[in-house]
Amino acid sequence: MTGTVLGAPDIARALTRIAHEILERNEGHDSLVLLGIPTRGVPLAHRLAARIGDVEPGFDASARAGALDITMYRDDLHRQPTRAIGETTLPTMGLDDRTVVLVDDVFHTGRTIRAALDAIKDLGRPRAVQLAVLVDRGHRELPIRADFVGKNLPTAKSERVDVHLTEVDGNDEVLISGARSATDGERA
Amino acid sequence: MRHLLDTDTLTRDEAIRILDASAQMAATQEREMRKLPTLRGKTVVNLFFEDSTRTRISFEAAAKRLSADVINFSAKGSSLSKGESLKDTALTLQAMGADAVVIRHWASGAASRLAGSGWMHGHVINAGDGTHQHPTQALLDAFTMRRHLVDDSAGKALDGVTVAIVGDILHSRVAGSNIPLLRTLGAKVVVVAPPTLLPYGMTDRDDLDVHYTLDDAIEAHDIDAVMMLRVQRERMTGGGSGFFPSPEEYTRLFGLDGDRLRRMPDHAIVLHPGPMNRGLEISAEAADSPRSVIVEQVSNGVAVRMAALYLLLAGEEAPQ
Repeated sequence: MTGTVLGAPDIARALTRIAHEILERNEGHDSLVLLGIPTRGVPLAHRLAARIGDVEPGFDASARAGALDITMYRDDLHRQPTRAIGETTLPTMGLDDRTVVLVDDVFHTGRTIRAALDAIKDLGRPRAVQLAVLVDRGHRELPIRADFVGKNLPTAKSERVDVHLTEVDGNDEVLISGARSATDGERA
Repeated sequence: MRHLLDTDTLTRDEAIRILDASAQMAATQEREMRKLPTLRGKTVVNLFFEDSTRTRISFEAAAKRLSADVINFSAKGSSLSKGESLKDTALTLQAMGADAVVIRHWASGAASRLAGSGWMHGHVINAGDGTHQHPTQALLDAFTMRRHLVDDSAGKALDGVTVAIVGDILHSRVAGSNIPLLRTLGAKVVVVAPPTLLPYGMTDRDDLDVHYTLDDAIEAHDIDAVMMLRVQRERMTGGGSGFFPSPEEYTRLFGLDGDRLRRMPDHAIVLHPGPMNRGLEISAEAADSPRSVIVEQVSNGVAVRMAALYLLLAGEEAPQ
């Protein structure tokens, strides 16, 4: 399978649904903050926060969304060329006693989320951490699951899933491209 | 990047990359929990053949904040003072599994010798070699200037910034590293020193402006940052007065005081690599003024050294 699997309208619908699910699950927005994992988790977190703000007027989207860079917590740093460190910006209300929704584009091995949980632990003590992802492509290597999923996308390990977002890439789409060699930049 | 030996060979992109990583490291140091797990299991050896407190503890703090193990190896009270050669020391460090060696040595070129010899395969960071270079000091100075003088500074260099470096350019490895780095980053460099304390040939360089008194330099340029160098009595043979007639004259012509500081633009900042000789190259008024960033340089030093250790040690091992 190769080509576009989600277009802009599909992504918009998935995010709207996830925003509602987050509100339902947490019975309101009082302690909710969203943390996107760079690069593409960050605009997704801001979009989700904006959608939650549309539904719940008291929710200040800009104060509730942030970015969590996990580069320095990765377990595969020594296997790859040196990575640039991204920016971490915490929501103004902090993480202590909040319900943190981690947001990422592609959910794959679970190692990124493992690193994110370690990073969160150093930044505060949330009441709960939940996970929202746009695409779950399977192939978990750790006992981690997502709470909110935009689209389950069964893939072969050799396939590659790319999320493009307007804020970063100029357009919204999810692409899947066929069997390349495993060294060719598998996303974690 | 395999080693950090000098700033001559750093490209503009590499330098900006180090400054950007430093900014992220500095941000982590404002958190309640300042330790990161990034270099867990790596060993950093501080190999100091020359006395230094602030550089050594800065590297030690940087390595520990990244969870590396730190071994301090100083000349006093070790086999180094018993006449062991650099080669034998390097072989020892290799056998101990040092992933990086931070070396401070009285001989110019010692770090480069250690890196290029094949005696060990760890990464080498030059923490000051003789009168040659001290690259992490120059990087922390550039980082401090960029923070104060460049808006929205991520990814940017120091284009359009005018920096005056004042004092003993001849013996200063701080100047030795700062001048090439500042030029690489696009800053204008103004050198102020007595003629006796300028390296041979510097007055002929057309990418630097040289002045023989601080007043001349203040008159001729809009200085954005002034870097006062320490008068290094220990490097000046002849009792410390062989290069200028008297400390009083030095202070009169090259010392930074409140009056000279007021004649610079209002946004100008004051840097000093420390330790300061208050009353000689810098007055207490200038050193303690709100425009002095001397204390901030120390905390930025930890962030820059964390960035250097991260960039050298975190990635995969380059093929040997």
